[in-house]
Amino acid sequence: MTEIIAVKNLWKNFGDNQVLKNIDYIINQGEKIVVVGPSGSGKSTFLRCLNLLETPTSGKIIFEGEDITNASKRLNKIRRKMGMVFQNFNLFPHLTVRGNIILAPVNLKLMNRDEANKRADKLLARIGLSDKAETYPNMLSGGQKQRIAILRSLAMNPDIMLFDEPTSSLDPEMIGEVLALMKDLASEGMTMVVVTHEMGFAREVATKVLFMDGGRILEEAAPEEFFTAPKHPRLADFLSKVL
Amino acid sequence: MREVTDWLVHQFNITFVVSNRYRLFIEGFRNTIIIALCAAVIGIFIGSVVAMVRVYCAQTGRLKIIDILFGAYLAIFRGTPIVVQLLIMYYIILQSLHNALLVAVIAFGINSGAYVAEIVRAGILSVDIGQTEAGRSLGLPAFRTLILIVLPQAIKNILPALGNEFVILIKETSVASFITVRDLARAGANVRATTMEPYFSLIFVALVYFCLVFGVTKLLRILERRLAKSDRNNSR
Ligand SMILES: Nc1ncnc2c1ncn2[C@@H]1O[C@H](COP(=O)(O)OP(=O)(O)O)[C@@H](O)[C@H]1O
Ligand SMILES: [Mg+2]
Repeated sequence: MTEIIAVKNLWKNFGDNQVLKNIDYIINQGEKIVVVGPSGSGKSTFLRCLNLLETPTSGKIIFEGEDITNASKRLNKIRRKMGMVFQNFNLFPHLTVRGNIILAPVNLKLMNRDEANKRADKLLARIGLSDKAETYPNMLSGGQKQRIAILRSLAMNPDIMLFDEPTSSLDPEMIGEVLALMKDLASEGMTMVVVTHEMGFAREVATKVLFMDGGRILEEAAPEEFFTAPKHPRLADFLSKVL
Repeated sequence: MREVTDWLVHQFNITFVVSNRYRLFIEGFRNTIIIALCAAVIGIFIGSVVAMVRVYCAQTGRLKIIDILFGAYLAIFRGTPIVVQLLIMYYIILQSLHNALLVAVIAFGINSGAYVAEIVRAGILSVDIGQTEAGRSLGLPAFRTLILIVLPQAIKNILPALGNEFVILIKETSVASFITVRDLARAGANVRATTMEPYFSLIFVALVYFCLVFGVTKLLRILERRLAKSDRNNSR
């Protein structure tokens, strides 16, 4: 199996607050890693360390064989290969849907404007939102916004996609459409790391489920085992609350 | 009644007509406008550059030394009176220029830049940090993220404050006479001194400043409303 990301002895402090405590983890190509755990356990911080949105206090992030922890110059190039989807969408409100999707590919000269537009059209057609290409994000529903945000990342042809609670700020009736798109990506073989509270998604899609608590990965298992035979008492307790 | 009109006509005559004194006011008005407009342009340029560098440094840790220098610039020019800055520019730093109007433009421009820098910086920081993170996670470099994503959204917070700063600048230019610039305030003072009649000269000058500030304020309101409207149609 090809390693996409290796996390080695990752520590992260915010001031005196130790948020990640010696995390070691390897993500292989095609894996769908779902991360669950109580709020404040460090899930977001872990995810944000993977693309260096947070700088590790110590430890290493190896991406496709390259140590990127201190790759300040190369970092921008590397981030193109790691899509990130945020809880609050973070679409660019001053740009149209199309503008959101083509901004980075065109600006980073990965595609010319025509190619990028074609790619945007294709992506939009895929989720049935072709008619929204020229509208602004404020005219979209939450579910539409999040799916556009996912497309914006996909336009870069990433090798891995990171999702930080992509459905947590959505109205219940919109969660399904976002999860459906993510399942679609998963089935196409995209490598994914997903922080979520959607246990159904974890069961169905995950190749591995991680349980984080207090800045540590307390348990790692295939979904079947994870949900039916939790070993760590904290996980059993957590599952009894969320299931 | 007769006496009052006579007095008014006399006052008007010696203030504006005798020895073509109205020309002094026109010259003063012209100089005031020149200083305010040029200084505003310089201020906006300096302020924007300083603000962007400071934000960039805070985000990336690069350009540290320039950031420290800019910090000192802000502290010095916000921490001392404009009159003192003017005098120092005129008599020490730009002594060789021998052009009071030019020195005033430069001094007010640099001074205004220090205030504009804080306005622009506050505008940039008012934009949700998630916007920057989204840009950076797409692989856009920090500076390009600032220019393409953050600044366009910051503008609507920056413009109103920038307008206020311009109004303040217009009024502040009235101290340019400290370095012999014949601005509007100086015109009033000079005419008063020659005619020994304060009423028309000084109140007229006040009136002109008032109209100027009033007009600019109104103009800015309209601009703001336009902006808010286009904003409703487009974004958020
Ligand atoms: N930028 C930050 N500055 C300071 N503390 C932070 C920051 N981000 C997260 N934390 C702290 O780190 C801990 C873990 O946060 P987070 O990774 O967001 O947890 P989770 O995503 O699991 O809810 C929390 O105690 C939070 O307060
Ligand atoms: Mg979180």
